Amino acid sequence: MSNSEKLIEIKNLHASVAETEILKGINLSIDEGEVHAIMGPNGSGKSTLANVIAGRPGYKVNSGDIVYRGSSILEVAPEIRARAGIFLAFQYPVELPGVRTWQFLKAAIDAIRKENGQEELKIRDFDKLLEEKRQLVQMDPDLVRRSVNEGFSGGEKKRNEILQLALLDPSLALLDETDSGLDIDALRIVSHGVNIFKGPEKAILIVTHYQRILDYITPDYVHVLVDGEIVRSGDSGLAMELEEKGYDWVKDTAGKEVTP
Amino acid sequence: MADQKVISRQTGVEDTQYKWGFEFDIESDVAPKGLNEDIVRFISAKKKEPDWLLEWRLKAFAHWVNQGDDASPKWAKVKFEDIDFQDIIYYAAPKSSDDAPKSLDEVDPEILEAFDKLGIPLDEQKKLSGVAVDAILDSVSVATTYKDMLKEAGVIFCPISEAVQKYPDLVQKYLGSVVPYSDNFYATLNSAVFSDGSFCYVPPGVRCPIELMTYFRINEANSGQFERTLIIADEGSYVSYLEGCTAPMRKTHQLHAAVVELVALKDAEIKYSTLQNWYPGDKNGEGGVYNFVTKRGAARGENSKISWTQVETGSAITWKYPSVILQGDNSVGEFYSVALVNNYQQADTGTKMIHIGKNTKSTIIAKGISAGKAENTYRGQVSILPGADNARNFTQCDSLLIGDECGAHTVPYIEVRNPTAKMGHEATTSKVNDDQLFYLQQRGIDLEESNYMIINGFCRGIFKELPFEFAMEASQLLRVSLEGTVG
Amino acid sequence: MQEASLVLNKYEEDFDNLSSISPVWSSNLRNKAMDTFREIGFPLRRKGNEKWKYTNARPIADIEYSSAKFEEIDLDDIKLIAPWHESWINLLFVNGHYQETFPGNLPTNVQISNMASNDLAANLTSNIGGIMDYSDDGFAALNTAFMSDGPIITVPEGENAGIVVNLIFFNQGLSDTVNYPRVLITTEGNSIVSVIENYVGGSSDRTFTNSVSEIYVGENATVNHYRLMDETDDTHDVGYGRVRIDTNGTFNSRSFFRGSGIGRYDLNVSVEGENASCDLQGLYFTNGHQHMDNFINIDHVRPNGQSNLFYKGILAGRSRAVFGGTVLVRKEAQKTDSIQSDKNLILSPHAEVDSKPALFIYADDVKCAHGATAGNIDADTVFYMRSRGIDLEAASRLIIYGFAGEVIDKVEIPELRSYLAESFLTSLPSHKFEF
Repeated sequence: MSNSEKLIEIKNLHASVAETEILKGINLSIDEGEVHAIMGPNGSGKSTLANVIAGRPGYKVNSGDIVYRGSSILEVAPEIRARAGIFLAFQYPVELPGVRTWQFLKAAIDAIRKENGQEELKIRDFDKLLEEKRQLVQMDPDLVRRSVNEGFSGGEKKRNEILQLALLDPSLALLDETDSGLDIDALRIVSHGVNIFKGPEKAILIVTHYQRILDYITPDYVHVLVDGEIVRSGDSGLAMELEEKGYDWVKDTAGKEVTP
Repeated sequence: MADQKVISRQTGVEDTQYKWGFEFDIESDVAPKGLNEDIVRFISAKKKEPDWLLEWRLKAFAHWVNQGDDASPKWAKVKFEDIDFQDIIYYAAPKSSDDAPKSLDEVDPEILEAFDKLGIPLDEQKKLSGVAVDAILDSVSVATTYKDMLKEAGVIFCPISEAVQKYPDLVQKYLGSVVPYSDNFYATLNSAVFSDGSFCYVPPGVRCPIELMTYFRINEANSGQFERTLIIADEGSYVSYLEGCTAPMRKTHQLHAAVVELVALKDAEIKYSTLQNWYPGDKNGEGGVYNFVTKRGAARGENSKISWTQVETGSAITWKYPSVILQGDNSVGEFYSVALVNNYQQADTGTKMIHIGKNTKSTIIAKGISAGKAENTYRGQVSILPGADNARNFTQCDSLLIGDECGAHTVPYIEVRNPTAKMGHEATTSKVNDDQLFYLQQRGIDLEESNYMIINGFCRGIFKELPFEFAMEASQLLRVSLEGTVG
Repeated sequence: MQEASLVLNKYEEDFDNLSSISPVWSSNLRNKAMDTFREIGFPLRRKGNEKWKYTNARPIADIEYSSAKFEEIDLDDIKLIAPWHESWINLLFVNGHYQETFPGNLPTNVQISNMASNDLAANLTSNIGGIMDYSDDGFAALNTAFMSDGPIITVPEGENAGIVVNLIFFNQGLSDTVNYPRVLITTEGNSIVSVIENYVGGSSDRTFTNSVSEIYVGENATVNHYRLMDETDDTHDVGYGRVRIDTNGTFNSRSFFRGSGIGRYDLNVSVEGENASCDLQGLYFTNGHQHMDNFINIDHVRPNGQSNLFYKGILAGRSRAVFGGTVLVRKEAQKTDSIQSDKNLILSPHAEVDSKPALFIYADDVKCAHGATAGNIDADTVFYMRSRGIDLEAASRLIIYGFAGEVIDKVEIPELRSYLAESFLTSLPSHKFEF
């Protein structure tokens, strides 16, 4: 990692959910142009990390800091973090009955534009943009006309997340177990969407339990999270080792108890 | 006011002042406070009504008196101070243009602010405030154009007082046939003292060419508290009627006890939509309008259909059950409602679907939103009578709670007396889901807007039943009404 | 008017007689209750009386019932009309009076006393009347005034031996008599007990059963409650259940009703402690001119409570079923999860069901839902069966059994389940859907 200011720096972060401390001192820096993967057994705190960065209510930071573009964002509201370029692809995307996908996406994109001093997108331009991104993730045009995620299959919901990623074009993408529940084809499409998004000014954090998605999206760094702490970091080779040796191996070498 | 003398009715004095049998000046514009037989006669005389109508009013009044002092119903889940019925003026002549505000400068600024928020154009604002409209302005010629269209189609749409003079047979045939004066306390009162309202008759086979709005009636801005509306759709006809508007109407009277009767004959359809945003009272719940209305439709003919769609966001107290009596075979009744209450508002509203004929169908979708310290009750009755073979009913009532100081209640009455009927009722109560809010926020949408989007989504099914212009206004009205409820 | 006062005189007479032999500890309670009954009488005013909106209590109020006397009954006769098993603790009451206990062979710390006894420890009697608020209910007041024999069942802390207490209240059916079963069940922390209440009757003479059961579910305790109402056409049966559930407590109730003349079950469950829950299932079946009114109310007082209300009815003949009640979620009861459901199968064109499940919600972070359905079986289901070779009558029977079976299957005690399957199911009317 370079010495200049990173896009996002997580400093000794301790965080709890429902009075239970899940993150027990996370130190992590991600810079523009980098792809980081966080892997770990269930309950290790991977999703918690992604949610805390996005500012989800119910997740309490006990100590430490998250510095984004040079300023702490701990006190910043979720929508402001979003407009500053932080995007969370939800592990369980929520259904919004009655809220039209089209209307929702336009509101989101306009909010970000407004923040950046731009004017709202004209309807025709938005339509074009949406159509382009829809095709990118090969989503059924019907689904875009429906209420957000209502009646979508698991795979369709995940694709919808990546469509939003492509549309909103953030700086930091947090992908929370985006691969879970996807079959090979869906995984390929979703990964393709992420790879198109990838670039020198983009940072990506992939949270995953399995190595599979990393076959499609190559990480620059892999970190293993066990029981709320990063116990090991390495390059993409680490993911392969984990695949072969399992999480127990990490336990042995890191001196920590691993429950798969 | 002229001298008053007590004259015995039996002597039948033919003095111009007393021949209607009451004691005060017919020329007077305002009746004295209180309700007695004289007042009823006075109202009828002022309107130059025929005898049969006066008789009907008097019967209603007698019935009201018979019920006794404590007859006003107390079963609903709404609390209010007892109304002193003797402390109301039951007749006031419509204001002349002399009294109207001369320009918007004279109109209450709060109302103007609300108009702006709702995006109501200037001309409309003037009309709604009762500002004397310049003959050159477009709005007048617009009104004229529509009147011509209706005339060509043969549709009668005029104030009920006019209908009584011009089409007495029609009025006599149908008035009170759906809501008899004995029906309930407030309907009885209304039958005795109603002063104005809409009358509409659509001839056979005619599809009314425009949405009828109370807006186009002269004197709407001054409509009284005891309105009476009667709409008749003759065989094979269709009419869509819009009542109210999104502008916060500051009714001068606190009690609004209207009666609306709809009659749909064979193959006819009536669609009645209401947007109600009357003054809900101040932040402490003082001074709002009490909206106690009886609305009922008789789907008399075979294959007839009546739909009620309402968006109620105003009034201190809303107490109404627009109902459909499904008499004709294959008739259809629908009720779509959004009731939003905030601060100290109370709503006890719902519908009654009475299945009488064969193969009748009713659909009820009611959404309640409670915020602040408000109370919202859905009260609905579905009765399937013994002869109602193959009746079908589907009811869905959902409540959304915002904050923990309000209440949402559901009280359905389901009475089934026919085994071939199928009835299904579902109700859910919840709050706006934190995960949903966060999802929207994470996409850059602020909290208040996110809350609005989710609640608008909640009401979607209802809004899409409204005529297009109303639907847009309804969404906007919802947004304005939800201001300040989160964050 | 003359008749009314005659009726009330009989109650006064019987009350005096009872007072002369009742235990001292009960006199205060019974006197106060009788005063209330004198003041408010039976709930006859229908207009404005929401609780009795669809049920007319006049046929009960107009008859001069006198308190039934005890008569010994042969055990073998009982076994024919009530569920029975040697391993259970079986208590037999006839006409509201205690006959005997058949304790089964399970060792147990469960304490069973009789309310009619003079020397009862205060800690046993103190809970009587604790949750049955009769101040606005004439029937409950009457029962409290006339309490005599009645089981007090106390389950101590930690008692977990799979005990089943089987209470049989046998109504012999002596003409124009009334009997007053009264039950108190108190369960202490971490205990588990199953209780079966049977209200069963024999003859076809005109009688009236007026019962009250109070059940305290202690902290972390579980009470599995079963109630059978199986009297005859000429009997009127008005029963009350009052339940209070403490922190983490669970109350599971399965009720089965075969119609009587006028049958009514007024059950009120207070989900009082945090994390407390109740699961109330019921099956009612009415025929002839019977009338069955289930009035079930659930009160969520504290957070994280759960309630599930699932009642099913089968109506035939010219009968009438009423399902009413409210779920109240108080302001502090956040995170309440409540589902109410009432499903009715109507088999005859003259039967009627009136359903009024209401929800009153004052807390916002809750999940509450209710549903009600009424109707016949749908044609597609019947056709599906016929397309597999099953004739109309057999298909109808299968469907009706399936409908009722869903509730019977929830009974955890195998012997009780078979008893219900046999006696209830087989007595369902044979029916042929007209498709």
